[in-house]
Amino acid sequence: MYRITEKVVLSENIVKTVFEAPDIAKKRKAGQFVILMIDDKGERIPLTIVDSDPAKGTLTIIYQVVGKTTDQLAQLEPGDVIQHVLGPLGHPTEIEGIKTAVCVGGGVGIGVLYPIAKALKEKGTRVISIIGARTKKMLILEDETRSASDELHVTTDDGSYGYHGFVSDVLRDLIASGTKIDRVFAIGPVPMMRVVAGVTRPHQIKTLVSLNPIMVDGTGMCGACRVTVGGKTKFTCVDGPEFDGHEVDFGLLMSRLRMYVDQEQEAKERCRCGKND
Amino acid sequence: MTEPEKTEKKEKKERIPRQPMPEQDPRARVANFDEVPTGYSPETAMLEAKRCIQCKKPGCVSGCPVDVDIPAFVQLVADGDFLGAARKIKETNCLPAVCGRVCPQEDQCEKLCILGKKWDPVAIGRLERFVADFERSAGTVEIPTLPAPTGRRIAVIGAGPAGLTIAGDLVKMGHDVTIFEALHKSGGVLIYGIPEFRLPKSIVDSEVEYLQKIGVKIVTDAAIGRVKTIDDLFAEGFHAVFLGVGAGAPVFMNIPGENFSGIYSANEYLTRSNLMKAYRFPEYDTPIAKGRNVAVIGGGNVAMDSVRTALRLGADNATIIYRRTKTEMPARAEEVHHAEEEGVQFKFLTNPIEYIGDEKGWVRQMVCQRMELGEPDESGRRRPVVVKGSEFTIDVDTVVVSVGTMANPVIPMTTPGLETNRWGYIVTKDETGETTRKGVWAGGDIVTGSATVILAMGAGRKAAKAIHDYVMSL
Repeated sequence: MYRITEKVVLSENIVKTVFEAPDIAKKRKAGQFVILMIDDKGERIPLTIVDSDPAKGTLTIIYQVVGKTTDQLAQLEPGDVIQHVLGPLGHPTEIEGIKTAVCVGGGVGIGVLYPIAKALKEKGTRVISIIGARTKKMLILEDETRSASDELHVTTDDGSYGYHGFVSDVLRDLIASGTKIDRVFAIGPVPMMRVVAGVTRPHQIKTLVSLNPIMVDGTGMCGACRVTVGGKTKFTCVDGPEFDGHEVDFGLLMSRLRMYVDQEQEAKERCRCGKND
Repeated sequence: MTEPEKTEKKEKKERIPRQPMPEQDPRARVANFDEVPTGYSPETAMLEAKRCIQCKKPGCVSGCPVDVDIPAFVQLVADGDFLGAARKIKETNCLPAVCGRVCPQEDQCEKLCILGKKWDPVAIGRLERFVADFERSAGTVEIPTLPAPTGRRIAVIGAGPAGLTIAGDLVKMGHDVTIFEALHKSGGVLIYGIPEFRLPKSIVDSEVEYLQKIGVKIVTDAAIGRVKTIDDLFAEGFHAVFLGVGAGAPVFMNIPGENFSGIYSANEYLTRSNLMKAYRFPEYDTPIAKGRNVAVIGGGNVAMDSVRTALRLGADNATIIYRRTKTEMPARAEEVHHAEEEGVQFKFLTNPIEYIGDEKGWVRQMVCQRMELGEPDESGRRRPVVVKGSEFTIDVDTVVVSVGTMANPVIPMTTPGLETNRWGYIVTKDETGETTRKGVWAGGDIVTGSATVILAMGAGRKAAKAIHDYVMSL
């Protein structure tokens, strides 16, 4: 059992939860994730670790409330427990030997991007971050990301804050202005990662994307998380979660993410009904 | 005893026919996940046990990977001492309720039963199951007296058949044993793989509880190789490590369209249904595709488990697609028979070569080729050969790929000095399962490749003795 020590609502439907998991906190590196299961009837879902505190033995996760499990997770308060947490899973982000990196984050993906930016900065990389949200109210971790970056750009789709437009627009301008970029990390909604990969492809800038497909065990046993990368099947849990954005079949990823859309709706409604009892 | 009396007794025994196993009616059982065979009554068990002629040199025992004293336990059943029979089996087999259900007795003990030469062999598996169930339902599961603690700590990686067996054996020798399991529940393939209708999960749970009662510690949610390496475990003070991690990685066929939605590995399909209880969605949160036209690719026991699960989830057509014929199918005859009774369809000499999906990326059709049998291959089975120009399509909305598994590389990758062969299985020096890394043993599917529950248990037993000698020499 993993006890929750802190919960913060970051925006309308984005929540940060900190919980005790000392063994995982000791080993975790930027880019790795956990599989968690709230109770014995729950689903196993993957969530990237945003931060860890080996001294306190805690892990931080940031997630958007999209379905029954995340809704249930968001309702847990300090003192409550998560029954099962498995990790740290997946390969850590490769952060060695990069001169200039652009970290592009959208929506809840900023939560996953932030620890990577932080790790890069600590390695002496020049970090330019571009973070965006639909609207100002939904923007998260602006100050944290700024502190981990040499340069920060903020965008909103509706123009309520920062640059009016998409993160990919700012990236395009950066490239056009002649900024020398060695690596791009793009983490956010699948359409955003697809567009960013499209922007960097003609310029042959290596672009890593962090994928979050449906998983069950998270140890390479089931293949639920398989994605097509460069025409080959990869398991996100053991081969990823980061892949070359120029090689990922995003269309397939999106359709596989929608595999249980009807059941998810059913579970969510059932969960809502339960709350009104 | 005079000669004529002896002959008479022998004849009388031989006249009792092998007692059939009562089962749920096929029409009823396809609508539920309850166990199919319902088990012998005490009377039937005693009658069946009386068929045993108590051979001086029993063939059955030599066919058992864990050397159960079969004639002795069968005699105790015949005498009505069911608890005594349970104790007798447990001397060498800590999971009789499991083995009585999932062992391929027809290829092991029962194959070598002398009665089988002329009549039918004694139903050893059914008797084993009866005895274990009797003991459990009587609530009299005995806790053995344990020897004084040796002060030696042993880590067992994987709570499957091999790991549970070795943990039980080592704790009974006085060692301090901790099992590390990656999933949230113990049992390995017994929990995630074999369906409820073949092995009720409550049985696995009670076997695991028994081990905990006798002192085995179990840490779930522990991905060894990630959260802790084998080196970390030695640094923490463990004296020896046993790797029973299974051959858990699914094999796909690498044909076009295989990543469409609706296409599962058998591991995923069964894990969703068994471990995560997706068949009880939405009471449980994990969903599963309830297809109308389900095709299962493969001819082994796992394929049979998958196709029978599909029927129970409400499929109109649940079909086995197998590239050879019924004769070459590796599945147990009993499983094939149960599947046939339940209405599973079989398409033999058929092999998929491509999947076709709809605009949402969901599988809709499967392009297949007809095959014919050619010359025998290394396995002795006739090799399937493609019939040119024989392509045809089958409408499907769910596909389960059940063509085998391979080694998961996480532990070998993170354990220096641990040698693997070219398929990724761990190399062992001898039959005790000693690896190339000092203090580390391995057994079960991670050494042999996919095999049976009982062979993994046998490997656990052999390693237990060797680990005991090793840690006591330290």
